[in-house]
Amino acid sequence: MKNTTEYAVYAGKRAKKSDLLPDCLRAFLTGGLICAGAQGMSELFLSLRIAEETVRILVPMILIFLTALLTGLGIFDNLAGFCGAGTLVPITGFANAVVSPALDSKNEGLVLGLGAKLFSVAGPVILYGTSASVVWGVLYWALGQLR
Amino acid sequence: MTGFLLKLLFAFLVGGFLCAVAQLLIDRTKLTPARILVSYVVAGVFLTAVGLYEPLVRFAGNGAATPLTGFGYSLAKGVERAVDERGLIGAVTGGLTGTAGGITAAMFFGLLAALIFRGKPK
Amino acid sequence: MEGNNRKSGIIRLKRCPSIIGHAAAVGKKEHEGPLGAQFDYHDATDRFGQKTWELSEGEMQHIALNLALAKAKVPADSLGALFAGDLINQCTSSSYGLLDINAPFFGLYGACSTSAEGLILASLWMNSTESGSAAVVTSSHNCSAERQFRFPVEYGGIRTPTSQWTVTGAAAFILGDGQGAYITELMPGKSIDRGITDPNNMGAAMAPAAVDTLTRYFRESGMKPSDFDAIFTGDLGFEGHSIVNEMMCADGINLSDNYLDCGLLIYDREGQDMHAGGSGCGCSASVLSAYILPKLEKGEYHDILFVATGALMSPMLVLQGQSIPGIAHLVRITKERNL
Repeated sequence: MKNTTEYAVYAGKRAKKSDLLPDCLRAFLTGGLICAGAQGMSELFLSLRIAEETVRILVPMILIFLTALLTGLGIFDNLAGFCGAGTLVPITGFANAVVSPALDSKNEGLVLGLGAKLFSVAGPVILYGTSASVVWGVLYWALGQLR
Repeated sequence: MTGFLLKLLFAFLVGGFLCAVAQLLIDRTKLTPARILVSYVVAGVFLTAVGLYEPLVRFAGNGAATPLTGFGYSLAKGVERAVDERGLIGAVTGGLTGTAGGITAAMFFGLLAALIFRGKPK
Repeated sequence: MEGNNRKSGIIRLKRCPSIIGHAAAVGKKEHEGPLGAQFDYHDATDRFGQKTWELSEGEMQHIALNLALAKAKVPADSLGALFAGDLINQCTSSSYGLLDINAPFFGLYGACSTSAEGLILASLWMNSTESGSAAVVTSSHNCSAERQFRFPVEYGGIRTPTSQWTVTGAAAFILGDGQGAYITELMPGKSIDRGITDPNNMGAAMAPAAVDTLTRYFRESGMKPSDFDAIFTGDLGFEGHSIVNEMMCADGINLSDNYLDCGLLIYDREGQDMHAGGSGCGCSASVLSAYILPKLEKGEYHDILFVATGALMSPMLVLQGQSIPGIAHLVRITKERNL
């Protein structure tokens, strides 16, 4: 009989991997479409003479709203199954990571259920992103002092 | 009109590329989707810090801003702006100021959706 | 129990209980699968009239048990014992779902092997008590399992080709001394950990346990796979099923076409996009009730091995870097009492 590691290696090797090309193609096309859609909205708002600063917040807000709606309707998870990283990587993936645990946990109460679980998947993103920005902020300040 | 379509095309290509790279990492490495999200945001902060991401945002617009690396870009830009204005304390306040819109929208719409809708089986 | 000495892993039952009633209740996807019409009950909403997924799963057990009791014509309060299990923490789908069943209750956890674990314990109970009947109920629900083991139900996760789909289903079996297929031999499984750490490859985590149990059974009994009409594993799926074939072959035991897996029978893998197949406590149990036992009752099968497999996985320990042990319990079920 094979020993533990040998078996794990054997099982890992024979396990069918995802089909890279179609997966990546779907992610490329759907992710690209979401970004192009965001750009389209952006251009539209700018042509309506909405301030650039506002547009920069408005566009992701709309994407987040649409994601929340599709997640609530139970459509987003099926979409994501098809798009893969195409819906995961744009802000839609972040929004789904916030909405889905909240929706899923509301039976456990508004505070310790919905409220606490809202961050269970997206929390690490905010934590590590913000922490990285603090590190960069301090460095940026120090570089400024040297100048 | 061609300018508009070109902007759309650049957003499509760059955004799609960032997604395809993530898909490759998920399919062929041990990076899970949750780890991808974290790495992308941190990578966005890093790429902005070394000055690579800003040109990409200028070139591709939402193609670079909408993916989660763009979230990292907003964090890093926010911090730079705050440090410029207020000194060292800006390192603590700038990140979340720069991303306040996205985070608040996600929380608030998340709350609304959770209150209104009922979970459905897959 | 003759032959039940220390050397032997096979338990040959003196009083062979028969399965005098059985029923399965399933969800939407299972009803849409190839065995759809054979399940006794289904709910297209997967909710079974309940507010939360956990309660839905409990209700599904309740429905399955009541249907099985009615078929067996056994009143609930005459049950000698109730052996029930599911995948949810503290076994609550069983304990809450069956609260109003007035019978002595044992809550079991054997992951997806619980159906066979329950049948083994209930058979032993019948052999060591004067009980006229005992019941076994197991269930799994896709949504409650997703919540506990993976991600929120509405989360857009990415599934790998080796991942399996937790069956929404419950099945109940009433053991007694009347008409029905007989449980003649038992072989309890050992938990075996061969180092699989990928929670999306449960088939590979469970396969070595199935190989261990099957190999021990064939060595000890002196029988061959071809002596049986069929050999069923619980929920190894495509991946585990082919690993078992390969490993058994390397051990010199050739499983042939009569080796089937419940996880491969319950769904149309391609058509329903089920990746490696079905899994969960409800998988082997509902297939046993809807597919295997009817064939025994009709005489299409006379003698089969039912090997329910379980991955003893905890998301917490996987995050701590631990590998996933598997277990496989064997039950031999025959059409006639004496072969």
